[in-house]
Amino acid sequence: MTTVATKPVRRPTGRRTGVSKPNGWWGLAFIAPATIGLIALYVWPFLSTLMKSFQDVPAFGPATFVGLDNYTALIGDGDFWKAFRNSALYTVIILLGIPLAVVLAALIEQVGRGRAVYRVLFFLPVVTLPVAIGMVWRFIYNGDFGLLNYVLSWFGIDGQFWVADPRFTIYAFGVVGIWMGLGINLIILGAGLQAIPKALYEASSLDGAGRVRQFFHITVPLLSPSIFFVTILSVIAALQMFDLLFIMLRGVNNTALTDSKTIVYLFYEKAFVQFDQGYGAAIAIVLLMVIMIATAVQFRLQRSWVFYG
Amino acid sequence: MAEITVRRTSGSRRRGKPSTTWPIHVFLIVAVVFMVVPFVWQLLTVFKTTAEVTRIPPTILPADFSLHSFETFFSTVPFWSMFAVSAGSLVLRVAGQIVVAALAGYAFARIPFRGSRVLFGLFIVMLMVPSQLFLIGQFEIIRDMKLLDTLPALAIPGLFSAFGTFLMRQAFLTMPADYEEAARLDGANTFQVFWYVMLPMARPMLAALAVLTGLYSWNDLLWPLIVSPSGENRPLPVGLAGLQGQFGTDYPTLMAGALVCSIPLVIVFLVLQRQFFAGIASSGLKG
Repeated sequence: MTTVATKPVRRPTGRRTGVSKPNGWWGLAFIAPATIGLIALYVWPFLSTLMKSFQDVPAFGPATFVGLDNYTALIGDGDFWKAFRNSALYTVIILLGIPLAVVLAALIEQVGRGRAVYRVLFFLPVVTLPVAIGMVWRFIYNGDFGLLNYVLSWFGIDGQFWVADPRFTIYAFGVVGIWMGLGINLIILGAGLQAIPKALYEASSLDGAGRVRQFFHITVPLLSPSIFFVTILSVIAALQMFDLLFIMLRGVNNTALTDSKTIVYLFYEKAFVQFDQGYGAAIAIVLLMVIMIATAVQFRLQRSWVFYG
Repeated sequence: MAEITVRRTSGSRRRGKPSTTWPIHVFLIVAVVFMVVPFVWQLLTVFKTTAEVTRIPPTILPADFSLHSFETFFSTVPFWSMFAVSAGSLVLRVAGQIVVAALAGYAFARIPFRGSRVLFGLFIVMLMVPSQLFLIGQFEIIRDMKLLDTLPALAIPGLFSAFGTFLMRQAFLTMPADYEEAARLDGANTFQVFWYVMLPMARPMLAALAVLTGLYSWNDLLWPLIVSPSGENRPLPVGLAGLQGQFGTDYPTLMAGALVCSIPLVIVFLVLQRQFFAGIASSGLKG
Protein backbone atom coordinates (compact mmCIF):
# COMPACT_ATOMS: atom_id res chain seq x y z
CA MET A 1 0.00 0.00 0.00
CA THR A 2 2.77 2.33 0.86
CA THR A 3 4.50 1.64 -2.41
CA VAL A 4 1.50 3.01 -4.24
CA ALA A 5 1.57 6.20 -2.27
CA THR A 6 5.27 6.82 -2.54
CA LYS A 7 5.86 5.51 -6.01
CA PRO A 8 5.73 8.77 -7.98
CA VAL A 9 8.08 10.46 -5.56
CA ARG A 10 10.52 7.62 -5.09
CA ARG A 11 11.03 7.04 -8.78
CA PRO A 12 14.76 7.27 -9.38
CA THR A 13 15.70 9.82 -11.98
CA GLY A 14 19.24 8.67 -12.40
CA ARG A 15 20.54 12.21 -12.68
CA ARG A 16 20.20 13.61 -9.24
CA THR A 17 19.89 12.03 -5.86
CA GLY A 18 18.02 14.81 -4.15
CA VAL A 19 14.96 15.17 -6.29
CA SER A 20 12.36 14.15 -3.78
CA LYS A 21 14.08 15.55 -0.75
CA PRO A 22 16.76 18.22 -0.48
CA ASN A 23 19.80 16.64 1.07
CA GLY A 24 21.53 17.82 4.18
CA TRP A 25 24.53 19.32 2.41
CA TRP A 26 22.32 21.95 0.89
CA GLY A 27 21.11 22.74 4.38
CA LEU A 28 24.65 23.23 5.62
CA ALA A 29 25.55 25.39 2.62
CA PHE A 30 22.50 27.60 3.14
CA ILE A 31 23.12 27.93 6.82
CA ALA A 32 26.89 28.49 6.67
CA PRO A 33 27.01 32.29 6.14
CA ALA A 34 24.51 33.03 8.89
CA THR A 35 26.10 30.59 11.31
CA ILE A 36 29.68 31.74 10.71
CA GLY A 37 28.56 35.33 11.20
CA LEU A 38 26.55 34.49 14.29
CA ILE A 39 29.42 32.66 15.93
CA ALA A 40 32.13 35.16 14.98
CA LEU A 41 30.19 38.35 15.71
CA TYR A 42 27.69 37.35 18.37
CA VAL A 43 28.46 34.10 20.19
CA TRP A 44 32.17 34.82 20.52
CA PRO A 45 31.76 38.48 21.55
CA PHE A 46 29.18 37.39 24.10
CA LEU A 47 31.54 34.81 25.58
CA SER A 48 34.39 37.30 25.53
CA THR A 49 32.27 39.85 27.40
CA LEU A 50 31.45 37.16 29.94
CA MET A 51 35.15 36.30 30.35
CA LYS A 52 36.25 39.92 30.53
CA SER A 53 33.81 40.55 33.34
CA PHE A 54 36.04 38.30 35.47
CA GLN A 55 39.21 40.00 34.32
CA ASP A 56 41.13 43.19 34.80
CA VAL A 57 41.62 44.44 31.24
CA PRO A 58 44.06 47.35 31.00
CA ALA A 59 43.97 49.52 27.88
CA PHE A 60 47.39 48.12 26.98
CA GLY A 61 48.94 44.85 28.07
CA PRO A 62 47.54 41.47 28.98
CA ALA A 63 44.37 40.89 30.96
CA THR A 64 44.52 39.18 34.35
CA PHE A 65 41.89 37.02 35.99
CA VAL A 66 40.45 38.75 39.05
CA GLY A 67 37.48 36.58 39.92
CA LEU A 68 34.46 38.52 41.09
CA ASP A 69 36.37 41.75 41.71
CA ASN A 70 34.55 43.69 38.99
CA TYR A 71 31.21 42.63 40.38
CA THR A 72 32.07 43.43 43.98
CA ALA A 73 33.40 46.80 42.84
CA LEU A 74 30.12 47.33 41.00
CA ILE A 75 28.08 46.60 44.12
CA GLY A 76 30.09 49.17 46.05
CA ASP A 77 29.91 51.74 43.26
CA GLY A 78 27.47 54.57 43.98
CA ASP A 79 27.44 55.55 40.28
CA PHE A 80 26.22 52.10 39.34
CA TRP A 81 23.32 52.18 41.79
CA LYS A 82 22.39 55.63 40.61
CA ALA A 83 22.38 54.37 37.02
CA PHE A 84 20.35 51.36 38.07
CA ARG A 85 17.80 53.56 39.80
CA ASN A 86 17.62 55.89 36.78
CA SER A 87 17.06 53.04 34.34
CA ALA A 88 14.39 51.55 36.59
CA LEU A 89 12.63 54.90 37.00
CA TYR A 90 12.75 55.56 33.26
CA THR A 91 11.30 52.10 32.61
CA VAL A 92 8.43 52.67 35.03
CA ILE A 93 7.60 55.98 33.34
CA ILE A 94 7.65 54.28 29.93
CA LEU A 95 5.20 51.69 31.26
CA LEU A 96 2.76 54.49 32.06
CA GLY A 97 2.60 55.13 28.33
CA ILE A 98 1.11 51.72 27.63
CA PRO A 99 -2.45 52.39 28.92
CA LEU A 100 -2.34 55.56 26.84
CA ALA A 101 -1.34 53.53 23.79
CA VAL A 102 -4.17 51.04 24.40
CA VAL A 103 -6.78 53.80 24.60
CA LEU A 104 -5.42 55.54 21.51
CA ALA A 105 -5.22 52.28 19.55
CA ALA A 106 -8.84 51.47 20.42
CA LEU A 107 -9.95 54.96 19.39
CA ILE A 108 -8.04 54.86 16.11
CA GLU A 109 -9.62 51.48 15.38
CA GLN A 110 -13.08 53.01 15.73
CA VAL A 111 -12.32 55.69 13.20
CA GLY A 112 -13.18 54.71 9.67
CA ARG A 113 -12.05 57.56 7.53
CA GLY A 114 -8.81 59.18 8.56
CA ARG A 115 -7.34 56.19 10.35
CA ALA A 116 -4.38 56.13 8.00
CA VAL A 117 -3.65 59.79 8.69
CA TYR A 118 -3.61 59.24 12.46
CA ARG A 119 -1.32 56.24 12.10
CA VAL A 120 1.16 58.20 10.02
CA LEU A 121 1.19 61.14 12.42
CA PHE A 122 1.70 58.97 15.49
CA PHE A 123 4.43 57.08 13.65
CA LEU A 124 6.50 60.13 12.66
CA PRO A 125 8.78 60.06 15.75
CA VAL A 126 9.63 56.42 14.98
CA VAL A 127 11.13 57.36 11.62
CA THR A 128 12.86 60.50 12.89
CA LEU A 129 16.49 60.17 13.96
CA PRO A 130 16.53 59.71 17.76
CA VAL A 131 19.44 62.12 17.88
CA ALA A 132 17.32 64.75 16.12
CA ILE A 133 14.45 64.07 18.53
CA GLY A 134 16.80 64.57 21.45
CA MET A 135 17.96 67.89 20.04
CA VAL A 136 14.43 69.18 19.45
CA TRP A 137 13.20 68.20 22.91
CA ARG A 138 16.28 69.61 24.54
CA PHE A 139 15.38 72.93 22.98
CA ILE A 140 11.75 72.60 24.07
CA TYR A 141 12.86 71.82 27.64
CA ASN A 142 15.34 74.71 27.72
CA GLY A 143 14.99 76.56 31.01
CA ASP A 144 15.52 80.05 29.63
CA PHE A 145 13.66 80.17 26.34
CA GLY A 146 12.15 76.75 25.85
CA LEU A 147 8.65 76.26 24.55
CA LEU A 148 7.51 74.23 27.55
CA ASN A 149 8.27 76.93 30.08
CA TYR A 150 6.60 79.48 27.82
CA VAL A 151 3.40 77.41 27.62
CA LEU A 152 3.48 76.81 31.37
CA SER A 153 3.78 80.56 31.93
CA TRP A 154 0.33 81.00 30.35
CA PHE A 155 -1.03 79.07 33.30
CA GLY A 156 1.12 80.89 35.82
CA ILE A 157 3.39 77.91 36.43
CA ASP A 158 7.04 78.65 37.08
CA GLY A 159 9.50 77.36 34.52
CA GLN A 160 12.19 74.84 35.37
CA PHE A 161 15.43 73.64 33.87
CA TRP A 162 13.85 70.33 32.90
CA VAL A 163 17.03 68.69 31.61
CA ALA A 164 19.78 70.43 33.53
CA ASP A 165 18.08 70.05 36.91
CA PRO A 166 18.67 66.45 38.00
CA ARG A 167 15.39 66.41 39.91
CA PHE A 168 13.52 66.42 36.60
CA THR A 169 15.91 64.92 34.05
CA ILE A 170 14.69 61.33 34.04
CA TYR A 171 11.04 62.41 34.01
CA ALA A 172 11.76 64.69 31.08
CA PHE A 173 13.38 61.76 29.26
CA GLY A 174 10.42 59.56 30.14
CA VAL A 175 7.97 61.91 28.45
CA VAL A 176 10.09 61.90 25.30
CA GLY A 177 10.43 58.12 25.50
CA ILE A 178 6.65 57.65 25.64
CA TRP A 179 6.21 60.10 22.79
CA MET A 180 8.81 58.24 20.68
CA GLY A 181 7.47 54.76 21.33
CA LEU A 182 3.77 55.43 20.85
CA GLY A 183 3.84 54.83 17.09
CA ILE A 184 5.33 51.35 17.42
CA ASN A 185 2.94 50.35 20.21
CA LEU A 186 -0.05 51.59 18.23
CA ILE A 187 0.88 49.42 15.25
CA ILE A 188 1.32 46.26 17.32
CA LEU A 189 -1.84 46.91 19.34
CA GLY A 190 -3.71 47.80 16.15
CA ALA A 191 -2.82 44.41 14.69
CA GLY A 192 -4.16 42.80 17.87
CA LEU A 193 -7.39 44.77 17.68
CA GLN A 194 -8.01 43.58 14.13
CA ALA A 195 -8.12 40.03 15.46
CA ILE A 196 -10.97 40.68 17.91
CA PRO A 197 -14.23 39.33 16.41
CA LYS A 198 -16.55 42.19 15.55
CA ALA A 199 -19.53 40.05 16.52
CA LEU A 200 -18.62 40.45 20.17
CA TYR A 201 -19.12 44.19 19.95
CA GLU A 202 -22.37 43.79 18.08
CA ALA A 203 -23.73 41.31 20.60
CA SER A 204 -22.75 43.41 23.58
CA SER A 205 -24.20 46.59 22.14
CA LEU A 206 -27.49 44.76 21.60
CA ASP A 207 -27.30 43.99 25.31
CA GLY A 208 -26.95 47.68 25.93
CA ALA A 209 -23.24 47.93 26.69
CA GLY A 210 -21.78 51.34 25.97
CA ARG A 211 -18.38 52.04 24.48
CA VAL A 212 -16.64 52.38 27.81
CA ARG A 213 -17.99 49.06 29.06
CA GLN A 214 -17.03 47.42 25.79
CA PHE A 215 -13.53 48.81 26.12
CA PHE A 216 -13.01 47.33 29.58
CA HIS A 217 -14.91 44.08 29.11
CA ILE A 218 -14.10 43.15 25.52
CA THR A 219 -11.21 45.17 24.14
CA VAL A 220 -8.82 45.05 27.10
CA PRO A 221 -9.18 41.33 27.93
CA LEU A 222 -9.03 40.20 24.31
CA LEU A 223 -6.17 42.54 23.54
CA SER A 224 -4.22 41.50 26.63
CA PRO A 225 -1.78 39.20 24.78
CA SER A 226 -0.79 42.14 22.56
CA ILE A 227 -0.61 44.45 25.55
CA PHE A 228 1.62 41.93 27.26
CA PHE A 229 3.87 41.73 24.23
CA VAL A 230 4.12 45.52 23.97
CA THR A 231 4.98 45.66 27.67
CA ILE A 232 7.79 43.13 27.27
CA LEU A 233 9.25 45.01 24.29
CA SER A 234 8.92 48.40 26.01
CA VAL A 235 10.68 47.26 29.17
CA ILE A 236 13.57 45.74 27.22
CA ALA A 237 13.95 48.90 25.13
CA ALA A 238 13.62 51.22 28.13
CA LEU A 239 16.30 49.38 30.08
CA GLN A 240 18.66 49.97 27.12
CA MET A 241 18.03 53.70 26.82
CA PHE A 242 21.10 55.53 25.58
CA ASP A 243 20.57 57.90 22.64
CA LEU A 244 18.34 60.44 24.36
CA LEU A 245 20.66 60.72 27.31
CA PHE A 246 23.73 61.00 25.12
CA ILE A 247 22.32 63.82 23.05
CA MET A 248 20.31 65.69 25.68
CA LEU A 249 23.02 65.87 28.31
CA ARG A 250 25.96 66.76 26.08
CA GLY A 251 27.68 69.81 27.47
CA VAL A 252 25.06 70.28 30.16
CA ASN A 253 26.40 71.05 33.63
CA ASN A 254 28.03 68.03 35.17
CA THR A 255 25.67 67.26 38.02
CA ALA A 256 22.80 66.51 35.67
CA LEU A 257 24.99 64.14 33.70
CA THR A 258 26.47 62.31 36.68
CA ASP A 259 23.09 62.07 38.33
CA SER A 260 21.14 60.91 35.28
CA LYS A 261 23.27 58.22 33.67
CA THR A 262 21.52 55.02 32.72
CA ILE A 263 23.02 51.53 32.86
CA VAL A 264 23.86 51.49 29.17
CA TYR A 265 25.36 54.97 29.33
CA LEU A 266 27.58 53.88 32.21
CA PHE A 267 28.56 50.80 30.20
CA TYR A 268 29.48 52.95 27.19
CA GLU A 269 31.50 55.31 29.33
CA LYS A 270 33.45 52.60 31.15
CA ALA A 271 34.07 50.33 28.16
CA PHE A 272 34.57 52.82 25.34
CA VAL A 273 35.52 56.18 26.85
CA GLN A 274 37.64 55.11 29.83
CA PHE A 275 38.51 51.78 28.16
CA ASP A 276 38.04 49.81 31.36
CA GLN A 277 36.67 46.80 29.53
CA GLY A 278 36.57 44.43 32.47
CA TYR A 279 34.37 46.76 34.46
CA GLY A 280 32.31 47.61 31.37
CA ALA A 281 31.80 43.92 30.66
CA ALA A 282 30.56 43.36 34.20
CA ILE A 283 28.01 46.17 33.72
CA ALA A 284 26.84 44.54 30.48
CA ILE A 285 26.41 41.18 32.19
CA VAL A 286 24.41 42.84 34.97
CA LEU A 287 22.26 44.52 32.31
CA LEU A 288 21.59 41.10 30.79
CA MET A 289 20.57 39.76 34.18
CA VAL A 290 18.33 42.74 34.88
CA ILE A 291 16.56 42.30 31.54
CA MET A 292 16.19 38.56 32.09
CA ILE A 293 14.76 39.04 35.56
CA ALA A 294 12.40 41.80 34.42
CA THR A 295 11.16 39.61 31.58
CA ALA A 296 10.77 36.54 33.78
CA VAL A 297 8.79 38.55 36.34
CA GLN A 298 6.46 39.76 33.62
CA PHE A 299 5.92 36.22 32.37
CA ARG A 300 5.04 35.24 35.92
CA LEU A 301 2.65 38.14 36.33
CA GLN A 302 0.95 37.56 33.00
CA ARG A 303 -0.94 34.58 34.43
CA SER A 304 -3.01 36.94 36.51
CA TRP A 305 -3.97 39.35 33.77
CA VAL A 306 -3.31 38.08 30.27
CA PHE A 307 -6.27 36.32 28.74
CA TYR A 308 -5.62 33.72 26.06
CA GLY A 309 -9.05 33.09 24.60
CA MET B 1 -35.69 57.67 8.37
CA ALA B 2 -33.50 58.17 5.36
CA GLU B 3 -30.98 59.99 7.50
CA ILE B 4 -30.79 57.11 9.93
CA THR B 5 -30.09 54.55 7.25
CA VAL B 6 -27.35 56.70 5.80
CA ARG B 7 -25.75 57.04 9.19
CA ARG B 8 -25.92 53.35 9.70
CA THR B 9 -24.01 52.48 6.56
CA SER B 10 -21.29 54.99 7.18
CA GLY B 11 -20.81 54.77 10.92
CA SER B 12 -21.47 51.12 11.57
CA ARG B 13 -18.82 49.71 9.32
CA ARG B 14 -16.99 48.08 12.16
CA ARG B 15 -19.04 48.13 15.29
CA GLY B 16 -22.55 47.53 14.04
CA LYS B 17 -23.76 50.52 15.95
CA PRO B 18 -24.88 53.86 14.64
CA SER B 19 -22.20 55.98 16.16
CA THR B 20 -21.03 59.52 16.21
CA THR B 21 -17.31 59.55 15.75
CA TRP B 22 -16.65 63.21 16.39
CA PRO B 23 -15.82 62.88 20.11
CA ILE B 24 -13.23 60.28 19.11
CA HIS B 25 -11.78 62.64 16.55
CA VAL B 26 -11.60 65.43 19.11
CA PHE B 27 -9.67 63.22 21.51
CA LEU B 28 -7.36 61.93 18.79
CA ILE B 29 -6.71 65.39 17.41
CA VAL B 30 -5.67 66.60 20.86
CA ALA B 31 -3.24 63.67 21.02
CA VAL B 32 -1.98 64.40 17.52
CA VAL B 33 -1.29 68.00 18.53
CA PHE B 34 1.04 66.69 21.24
CA MET B 35 2.67 64.46 18.65
CA VAL B 36 3.34 67.15 16.08
CA VAL B 37 4.03 70.23 18.21
CA PRO B 38 7.74 69.37 18.57
CA PHE B 39 8.06 69.05 14.80
CA VAL B 40 6.16 72.28 14.18
CA TRP B 41 8.30 74.09 16.73
CA GLN B 42 11.42 72.73 15.08
CA LEU B 43 10.20 73.87 11.68
CA LEU B 44 9.41 77.37 12.96
CA THR B 45 12.75 77.66 14.74
CA VAL B 46 14.68 76.83 11.61
CA PHE B 47 13.62 80.11 10.01
CA LYS B 48 14.46 82.28 12.99
CA THR B 49 17.73 84.02 13.77
CA THR B 50 19.77 83.03 16.81
CA ALA B 51 18.89 86.34 18.43
CA GLU B 52 15.19 85.81 17.87
CA VAL B 53 15.27 82.33 19.38
CA THR B 54 16.72 83.57 22.66
CA ARG B 55 14.10 86.27 23.05
CA ILE B 56 11.78 86.06 26.06
CA PRO B 57 8.89 85.52 25.61
CA PRO B 58 9.57 83.52 22.46
CA THR B 59 8.02 84.50 19.17
CA ILE B 60 5.79 81.90 17.60
CA LEU B 61 6.22 82.76 13.94
CA PRO B 62 9.65 83.68 12.63
CA ALA B 63 10.04 87.45 12.28
CA ASP B 64 11.68 87.33 8.87
CA PHE B 65 12.03 83.84 7.38
CA SER B 66 15.80 83.65 7.56
CA LEU B 67 17.58 80.80 5.78
CA HIS B 68 20.72 81.53 7.72
CA SER B 69 20.46 78.28 9.70
CA PHE B 70 20.61 76.11 6.59
CA GLU B 71 23.57 78.09 5.27
CA THR B 72 25.46 77.62 8.54
CA PHE B 73 24.61 73.95 8.65
CA PHE B 74 25.62 73.11 5.10
CA SER B 75 28.77 75.22 5.23
CA THR B 76 30.11 73.68 8.45
CA VAL B 77 28.87 70.10 8.27
CA PRO B 78 29.82 67.68 5.48
CA PHE B 79 26.19 66.66 5.14
CA TRP B 80 26.46 64.83 1.84
CA SER B 81 29.39 62.69 2.91
CA MET B 82 27.56 61.82 6.15
CA PHE B 83 24.46 61.05 4.15
CA ALA B 84 26.48 58.83 1.80
CA VAL B 85 27.92 56.93 4.77
CA SER B 86 24.48 56.47 6.33
CA ALA B 87 22.88 55.42 3.06
CA GLY B 88 25.81 53.23 1.99
CA SER B 89 26.00 51.31 5.24
CA LEU B 90 22.22 50.94 5.22
CA VAL B 91 22.18 49.43 1.73
CA LEU B 92 25.07 47.11 2.53
CA ARG B 93 23.51 45.96 5.74
CA VAL B 94 19.99 45.51 4.42
CA ALA B 95 21.04 43.68 1.25
CA GLY B 96 23.51 41.48 3.10
CA GLN B 97 21.20 40.64 5.94
CA ILE B 98 18.30 39.78 3.68
CA VAL B 99 20.33 37.31 1.63
CA VAL B 100 22.03 35.70 4.63
CA ALA B 101 18.85 35.52 6.71
CA ALA B 102 16.67 34.24 3.86
CA LEU B 103 19.12 31.43 3.05
CA ALA B 104 19.40 30.33 6.66
CA GLY B 105 15.71 30.81 7.38
CA TYR B 106 14.80 28.65 4.40
CA ALA B 107 17.16 25.90 5.49
CA PHE B 108 15.82 25.93 9.05
CA ALA B 109 12.25 25.80 7.76
CA ARG B 110 12.54 23.33 4.91
CA ILE B 111 15.80 21.39 4.74
CA PRO B 112 16.21 18.71 7.39
CA PHE B 113 19.85 18.23 8.36
CA ARG B 114 21.72 16.95 11.35
CA GLY B 115 22.03 19.47 14.14
CA SER B 116 19.42 21.81 12.66
CA ARG B 117 17.44 22.06 15.88
CA VAL B 118 20.46 22.65 18.10
CA LEU B 119 21.80 25.31 15.76
CA PHE B 120 18.41 27.03 15.61
CA GLY B 121 18.36 27.00 19.39
CA LEU B 122 21.65 28.92 19.34
CA PHE B 123 20.07 31.56 17.10
CA ILE B 124 17.14 31.88 19.49
CA VAL B 125 19.44 32.31 22.48
CA MET B 126 21.38 35.08 20.71
CA LEU B 127 18.06 36.69 19.74
CA MET B 128 17.34 37.23 23.41
CA VAL B 129 20.68 38.76 24.38
CA PRO B 130 20.68 42.58 24.38
CA SER B 131 23.02 44.08 21.78
CA GLN B 132 25.30 45.77 24.32
CA LEU B 133 26.66 42.37 25.30
CA PHE B 134 28.27 42.01 21.86
CA LEU B 135 29.75 45.48 21.53
CA ILE B 136 33.13 44.99 23.20
CA GLY B 137 33.91 41.85 21.18
CA GLN B 138 32.59 43.29 17.93
CA PHE B 139 34.66 46.41 18.45
CA GLU B 140 37.80 44.31 18.93
CA ILE B 141 37.13 42.32 15.77
CA ILE B 142 36.59 45.48 13.72
CA ARG B 143 39.71 47.05 15.24
CA ASP B 144 41.83 43.96 14.59
CA MET B 145 40.61 43.89 11.00
CA LYS B 146 41.84 47.51 10.76
CA LEU B 147 38.36 48.62 9.76
CA LEU B 148 37.78 51.38 12.34
CA ASP B 149 36.44 54.57 10.74
CA THR B 150 35.36 52.76 7.58
CA LEU B 151 31.97 52.21 6.05
CA PRO B 152 32.10 48.38 6.22
CA ALA B 153 32.67 48.63 9.98
CA LEU B 154 29.22 50.17 10.33
CA ALA B 155 27.51 47.41 8.38
CA ILE B 156 29.40 44.21 9.19
CA PRO B 157 27.81 43.09 12.47
CA GLY B 158 24.38 43.91 11.07
CA LEU B 159 24.85 41.60 8.10
CA PHE B 160 24.07 38.76 10.45
CA SER B 161 20.91 38.79 12.44
CA ALA B 162 19.38 36.10 14.59
CA PHE B 163 16.12 38.04 14.43
CA GLY B 164 16.16 38.19 10.63
CA THR B 165 16.89 34.48 10.39
CA PHE B 166 14.04 33.75 12.76
CA LEU B 167 11.65 35.99 10.85
CA MET B 168 12.47 34.36 7.52
CA ARG B 169 12.14 30.89 8.98
CA GLN B 170 8.64 31.77 10.18
CA ALA B 171 7.78 33.11 6.73
CA PHE B 172 8.95 29.96 4.92
CA LEU B 173 7.23 27.69 7.43
CA THR B 174 3.83 29.10 6.50
CA MET B 175 4.27 28.52 2.76
CA PRO B 176 2.61 25.57 1.04
CA ALA B 177 4.99 22.81 -0.02
CA ASP B 178 3.19 22.17 -3.34
CA TYR B 179 5.11 24.69 -5.40
CA GLU B 180 8.37 23.43 -4.05
CA GLU B 181 7.57 19.83 -4.94
CA ALA B 182 6.36 20.81 -8.39
CA ALA B 183 9.58 22.66 -9.08
CA ARG B 184 11.63 19.78 -7.82
CA LEU B 185 9.83 17.31 -10.04
CA ASP B 186 10.68 19.62 -12.90
CA GLY B 187 14.32 19.05 -12.02
CA ALA B 188 15.14 22.21 -10.09
CA ASN B 189 17.88 21.85 -7.49
CA THR B 190 17.49 23.14 -3.96
CA PHE B 191 19.03 26.49 -4.71
CA GLN B 192 16.85 26.97 -7.76
CA VAL B 193 13.75 26.06 -5.76
CA PHE B 194 14.76 28.57 -3.14
CA TRP B 195 15.73 31.34 -5.52
CA TYR B 196 13.03 31.11 -8.18
CA VAL B 197 10.09 29.70 -6.27
CA MET B 198 10.24 30.34 -2.55
CA LEU B 199 12.05 33.69 -2.33
CA PRO B 200 9.56 35.52 -4.56
CA MET B 201 6.73 34.21 -2.42
CA ALA B 202 8.44 35.55 0.68
CA ARG B 203 8.57 39.05 -0.75
CA PRO B 204 6.24 40.70 1.81
CA MET B 205 8.30 39.39 4.71
CA LEU B 206 11.54 40.35 2.94
CA ALA B 207 10.21 43.87 2.56
CA ALA B 208 9.21 43.99 6.22
CA LEU B 209 12.65 42.77 7.29
CA ALA B 210 14.37 45.23 4.95
CA VAL B 211 12.41 48.13 6.38
CA LEU B 212 13.03 47.12 9.99
CA THR B 213 16.74 46.62 9.39
CA GLY B 214 16.98 49.85 7.44
CA LEU B 215 15.23 51.78 10.20
CA TYR B 216 17.57 50.34 12.79
CA SER B 217 20.65 50.98 10.69
CA TRP B 218 19.67 54.57 9.93
CA ASN B 219 18.85 55.46 13.55
CA ASP B 220 21.63 53.64 15.37
CA LEU B 221 23.98 55.85 17.36
CA LEU B 222 25.93 53.67 19.78
CA TRP B 223 27.70 51.33 17.33
CA PRO B 224 28.78 54.07 14.88
CA LEU B 225 29.98 56.10 17.85
CA ILE B 226 32.20 53.22 18.91
CA VAL B 227 33.67 52.35 15.52
CA SER B 228 34.26 55.90 14.26
CA PRO B 229 36.68 57.19 16.87
CA SER B 230 38.43 59.67 14.57
CA GLY B 231 35.21 61.12 13.22
CA GLU B 232 35.98 60.16 9.64
CA ASN B 233 33.22 58.38 7.75
CA ARG B 234 30.62 59.35 10.30
CA PRO B 235 27.00 58.53 9.61
CA LEU B 236 24.30 61.14 10.23
CA PRO B 237 23.47 60.37 13.90
CA VAL B 238 27.11 60.71 14.96
CA GLY B 239 27.61 63.86 12.90
CA LEU B 240 24.44 65.38 14.29
CA ALA B 241 25.50 64.58 17.84
CA GLY B 242 28.78 66.35 17.10
CA LEU B 243 26.85 69.37 15.86
CA GLN B 244 25.19 69.61 19.26
CA GLY B 245 28.60 69.97 20.87
CA GLN B 246 29.81 72.45 18.26
CA PHE B 247 26.83 74.80 18.10
CA GLY B 248 25.67 74.50 21.72
CA THR B 249 23.11 77.30 21.66
CA ASP B 250 22.73 78.13 17.97
CA TYR B 251 19.31 76.53 18.03
CA PRO B 252 18.21 77.43 14.50
CA THR B 253 21.28 75.67 13.08
CA LEU B 254 20.78 72.68 15.38
CA MET B 255 17.13 72.42 14.38
CA ALA B 256 18.01 72.78 10.71
CA GLY B 257 20.55 69.98 11.05
CA ALA B 258 18.07 67.76 12.86
CA LEU B 259 15.50 68.47 10.15
CA VAL B 260 17.77 67.89 7.17
CA CYS B 261 19.19 64.67 8.61
CA SER B 262 15.76 63.26 9.45
CA ILE B 263 13.95 64.08 6.24
CA PRO B 264 15.34 61.34 3.99
CA LEU B 265 13.89 58.54 6.10
CA VAL B 266 10.62 60.38 6.66
CA ILE B 267 10.20 60.57 2.88
CA VAL B 268 10.98 56.88 2.51
CA PHE B 269 8.41 56.18 5.22
CA LEU B 270 5.71 58.22 3.52
CA VAL B 271 6.30 56.24 0.32
CA LEU B 272 6.56 52.81 1.96
CA GLN B 273 4.07 53.20 4.83
CA ARG B 274 2.58 49.76 4.38
CA GLN B 275 5.98 48.04 4.55
CA PHE B 276 6.93 50.02 7.65
CA PHE B 277 3.74 49.04 9.45
CA ALA B 278 4.08 45.43 8.34
CA GLY B 279 7.69 45.42 9.53
CA ILE B 280 6.77 46.71 12.96
CA ALA B 281 3.80 44.35 13.23
CA SER B 282 5.99 41.41 12.19
CA SER B 283 8.33 42.10 15.07
CA GLY B 284 5.34 40.74 16.97
CA LEU B 285 6.37 37.34 15.68
CA LYS B 286 9.32 37.54 17.99
CA GLY B 287 7.11 36.54 20.94
